[in-house]
Amino acid sequence: MSAVPDHDQSYGFSHAARMEWIKLRTLRSTRWTLLATVAGAVGIAVAIGANSRDRSSDLTNNILAGIAPGLLMLGILGVLTMTSEYSSGMILSTLAVVPNRARLLAAKASVLGLAALAVGEAAAFLAFLTGSATLPDGQRVPTLDQPAVLRAVVLSGAGLSLVSLLGLGLGAILRHSPIALGVYVVTGFLGGQFALLFAPSVARYVPLGIVGNSLAVVTPKADDLSPWAGLALLCLYAAAALGTGGWLLTRRDT
Amino acid sequence: MDRTPPPIEVHGLTKRHGRVLAVDALSFDVQAGRVTGFLGPNGAGKSTTMRLVLGLDRPDAGETRINGVPYRQLRWPVREVGALLETKAFHPGRSARGHLEALAAGGGIPRQRVEESLDLVGLTDVADRRAGTFSLGMAQRLGIAAALLGQPSVLLLDEPSNGLDPEGIRWLRELLRSLAAEGRTVLVSSHLISEMALTADHLVVIGHGRLLSDASLAALTAEYGSLETAFLTLTANDDLDGNSVAGPSATDHHTPDRRRDDTSLAAVTRRRVPTRRNP
Repeated sequence: MSAVPDHDQSYGFSHAARMEWIKLRTLRSTRWTLLATVAGAVGIAVAIGANSRDRSSDLTNNILAGIAPGLLMLGILGVLTMTSEYSSGMILSTLAVVPNRARLLAAKASVLGLAALAVGEAAAFLAFLTGSATLPDGQRVPTLDQPAVLRAVVLSGAGLSLVSLLGLGLGAILRHSPIALGVYVVTGFLGGQFALLFAPSVARYVPLGIVGNSLAVVTPKADDLSPWAGLALLCLYAAAALGTGGWLLTRRDT
Repeated sequence: MDRTPPPIEVHGLTKRHGRVLAVDALSFDVQAGRVTGFLGPNGAGKSTTMRLVLGLDRPDAGETRINGVPYRQLRWPVREVGALLETKAFHPGRSARGHLEALAAGGGIPRQRVEESLDLVGLTDVADRRAGTFSLGMAQRLGIAAALLGQPSVLLLDEPSNGLDPEGIRWLRELLRSLAAEGRTVLVSSHLISEMALTADHLVVIGHGRLLSDASLAALTAEYGSLETAFLTLTANDDLDGNSVAGPSATDHHTPDRRRDDTSLAAVTRRRVPTRRNP
């Protein structure tokens, strides 16, 4: 007959989180995405570092441009973490195990957010260290013992984690991979380009622009949000997307 | 008096899909210790009913309970209920073993049950292959392994024999019968009436989302001669009822009822078309 519930009263967040962790690490695509995020960051950082000529620019910010591919890849990973459940039919198995939708999304967000944070920080630090090491002689090499430099690197890694959560929230809201991916890319990337052209004052609020222009800077730029304001707004975006997604998940039919 | 509730209870269940009344004030209980067949023509509402019992969709009216509790409030859902709704309820990029390991972790099920379940359905040798490469029959076996993972006392299986070869179908039949013999509750839908006649002890027949019959196999065959005749007669009368009566329940008067569309010649002749699988 049925297995008798033992020590625990019922399944909880920790069970859901363990399930989501196994689901994340048993997909080859996850490993490739995370690896590509780090490799892309290091590769671009080295290329930029080695070709830096302008002594007056924010070298840290230039080098940290390496995390740009990661913004795309981790956001897509976030979107697909949710939407692939629906496209594959996996959602039926998932909700059979964890019928509490809010708990499920919280578990997904925690596991994905922490994994993306670990990889994001690794990408940001490796990019910074390799990029600054390849700066041509004669540059004022930024170092991590400068607080503003350390902040720029740490917040870049955090930004990668937050955009993955933004993607997860979009996936929960929209459920269809092509639509959710489209919205993520359009609002995150193309939206920023259009905003720069037609409404420059709005550009500073575009989610992915915040990472490069507000978080990854040593010297905050006049036209952009300050690092901490940028971080707060990005957190707000991710929380709003996840909150809306969770609210919809509990109310909609599967 | 404390009475143990029936393992599966469906009370006044109603669900609309847009303008279509998929399940219409449906009520029945499923008892333990026997295989209950869940029969109905295509579109009768079998899958919709199962989704509602599993808390995947919300009913417009009525309720369902498992061991006396709505599915979403079960403390250990997959240890109490095993379900197979669709052949492919897994990520194609994940191995069969990875899939079951994730489900076991979420359900608080010991790791060893993963290997036991793989072994039971005969997937041990391919357990590390991406499940997306599986044949229909292998995918179905993985779904059955997932349903049995938590050794649940209640099983809901929608068309479990889909994609299985004759040997697999016999294996499944014997599996379901042995699970029922252990005292478990087994609700299984199928289009294969002859297969149901071999597997089920009891049958719940629905048409247009309403209960047509809730009777033992013995009673149905005694009355109609065979389960097939019973099924065809019950569903044919149901279609004819829709033709002659405006609608048996008050809600229907306000609904552009599918049933009325179904009174066409097409609906009557549709019964003659052999239908083997869900769309």
